[in-house]
Amino acid sequence: MAEPRKIIRSKDLSFWQKIYIPEIFKGLRITLSHIFKKKSTYMYPDERFKPPASFRGRPVLVEENGEERCVACGLCSRVCPALAIEVQASETELEKERYPVKFEINMVRCIFCGFCEEVCPEEAIVMSQNYELVFNSQEEAVFGKDKLLTPTTRLHDRLEFLRQYR
Amino acid sequence: MAKITVDGQQYEVDPKLTVIQAAAQQGIEIPHFCWHPKLSVAGNCRMCLVEIEKMPKLAIACATQVADGMVVKTKSEKVINAREAVMEFLLINHPLDCPICDEAGECKLQDYSYKYSVGYSRFEHDKVHKPKRIELGPRVMLDVERCIMCSRCVRFSDEIAKQPVLTFTQRGDHVVLTTFPDTQLDNPYSMNVIELCPVGALTSRDFRFKSRVWEMSSTESVCNGCARGCNTNIWVRNNEVLRLTPRFNDDVNSYWMCDEGRLNTFKFVNSEKRLSGPFVKKNGALTRVGWDEAIAEAVSQLKTFKKSEMAGIGSAYATNEDNYVFQRLMKETIGTKNVDVVPHVKEGDEDDILIRADKTPNMLGATEVGVKPADGGLSLKGILQGIADGGIKALYVLEDDIASIPEIAAVLPNLQLLIVHSSVQNKTTEMADVVFSCSTYAEKHGTLTNFQGRVQRIRPAVSTIEQDRALDGFSMSRWDKFASRNDRWGRPNKRDARPSWRIASAVASALGAKTRYNTAEDVFQEMATRIPAYKGLSYLKVGSRGAMIQHSSKTVSSRPTVSV
Ligand code: SF4
Ligand code: SF4
Ligand code: SF4
Ligand code: SF4
Repeated sequence: MAEPRKIIRSKDLSFWQKIYIPEIFKGLRITLSHIFKKKSTYMYPDERFKPPASFRGRPVLVEENGEERCVACGLCSRVCPALAIEVQASETELEKERYPVKFEINMVRCIFCGFCEEVCPEEAIVMSQNYELVFNSQEEAVFGKDKLLTPTTRLHDRLEFLRQYR
Repeated sequence: MAKITVDGQQYEVDPKLTVIQAAAQQGIEIPHFCWHPKLSVAGNCRMCLVEIEKMPKLAIACATQVADGMVVKTKSEKVINAREAVMEFLLINHPLDCPICDEAGECKLQDYSYKYSVGYSRFEHDKVHKPKRIELGPRVMLDVERCIMCSRCVRFSDEIAKQPVLTFTQRGDHVVLTTFPDTQLDNPYSMNVIELCPVGALTSRDFRFKSRVWEMSSTESVCNGCARGCNTNIWVRNNEVLRLTPRFNDDVNSYWMCDEGRLNTFKFVNSEKRLSGPFVKKNGALTRVGWDEAIAEAVSQLKTFKKSEMAGIGSAYATNEDNYVFQRLMKETIGTKNVDVVPHVKEGDEDDILIRADKTPNMLGATEVGVKPADGGLSLKGILQGIADGGIKALYVLEDDIASIPEIAAVLPNLQLLIVHSSVQNKTTEMADVVFSCSTYAEKHGTLTNFQGRVQRIRPAVSTIEQDRALDGFSMSRWDKFASRNDRWGRPNKRDARPSWRIASAVASALGAKTRYNTAEDVFQEMATRIPAYKGLSYLKVGSRGAMIQHSSKTVSSRPTVSV
């Protein structure tokens, strides 16, 4: 049997606590002191939070020279604990032979674990800094290649971050 | 008998065997690439090196015959080191292709890399590059970089398929597998090299990049391309058949199957031409109706004919269960004696390897379960004649596109009633008055009897709307297991089809028959009690390798034939 929980707050308030006035001033002092500190809120959506490179935003496909790096190996799809990814491979004339004709991530399923990024042999899927996900239906939440493809220039921070761990 | 010791355990084995064979018989696997139970011994991959006492060096288990008193070690340090060295050599120039390689997931080189290699590479130089994406023949793709020069494909083509077109050119790490000038790998068994190849050097052009192997479920089945009935696995993803592969059965097809069976016996299952459900002809046009309406329509129309005016044509494509229930419906419930089956024989299209001229998987089975004229009944010829003369007015056809045969198509318009079971839209369904959409062989339980008289099981791999993969015990892929309704892959394309035995049984019930079957196994159990040749058989006994029936002398070849 566990010990009975200790009561941390005493039931009986002291005289000064009972009359409230000093406590109100204590609270006001804290509030007022914050006026002179740096603000920690953002005026969203006019002002936006820029996450650090280690942030795991929604996974995106890396686009390089107008082509996706992905070779449709399906490893991300296999490793994804939430079964969010569907890949359909097909043949391409390019040297890589294989590319995804269809690549879909169901953003309702995705749990932002980053496993897909970790397993990818081509560094073709990475966690972006994008955290703004809005949809009106289940169907809309399934992101195809059109929404996923992101040029390397826009993924610079993350790609650099990943480089450290190679 | 020779007494040998393998890893400290004593065994008595046949002295004619090699060490690898003797070990395999005892359930000990000695790793190997080039050795194959059905091919000659090449001894070139060196993966099966084992330590044999009193021999100065390690010996290859595939080419060393056992001898009395032999002591073999397959797990000693020396052996392990040797294997690691062999793996290191094999991987030196092996491309890092697994992500784009169709073999990945069922690759011997991958598996052995996990089991028998050190797990890292010491090689720092550029790998040797060789030709990729070579069309070795109409059905097989070659990637020379991935080839480990085991020569299995060369030996298969020479020894089994008898088309010696493959060879190696160049030397050392520049060896290239190729075909002789002006030849290509195009024999009827060419695709067997795909499974034989231990790596992804030889892959299927048809299946190329369709799916990763781990995304599919695999179900034991039987090919319906000819009377051989090669044992197969059906590979399904998202309720769509993506490929067939041969399954070992030494009594039927060994490790092989023909390219025709592999490529052309499953596509109709996924086809656009599949019927969406039962149809009834209304004002001259086939109209989609519900099952109850179609059955009621068939029954009310059947009742308007005399027994002698009706005939039934069973199917050498349908299962024994389908044919059995069908012939009971025709002979016992409807009461006609005119029952027969249409043979589909392609004279001359056969060989002494696997391919049979009879292009149906169940001709022997159909006749054996009773799809043949009753005493005094009309045979196929008589039925066709009867239709032409106007004596036969109603015809009930099980799973067979009989109208694709011109001589039959010519007489069909004379009929007043044509009832058809079919899974796809075809010439016969277009002429029919009532069409029942039936399950294909990939969607139902049942048995087929091959030309030898071997009863073999088929199992559902693709689900119809009345089935549920989990509740009905299908083999399932990971996606099947975890799909939910709002996933796209959780809403696969399911057809409104039923197995023919169930449809025939429903028609019989509507006509007043008492017997009801819940499962195909129920039907089989009844067959086992009623048909002498099936005595003592059960689904359990048939298992995955099949079981022989005691068939009567009347076999396919002695029957009059109508060519396909
Ligand atoms: S793991 Fe990478 S290369 Fe493979 S399918 Fe996913 S994104 Fe494409
Ligand atoms: S982040 Fe995790 S859950 Fe999301 S797609 Fe990648 S592997 Fe799946
Ligand atoms: S043959 Fe095997 S090891 Fe080689 S690339 Fe293909 S899957 Fe990988
Ligand atoms: S192609 Fe495959 S089967 Fe043929 S020699 Fe090379 S590795 Fe062996």
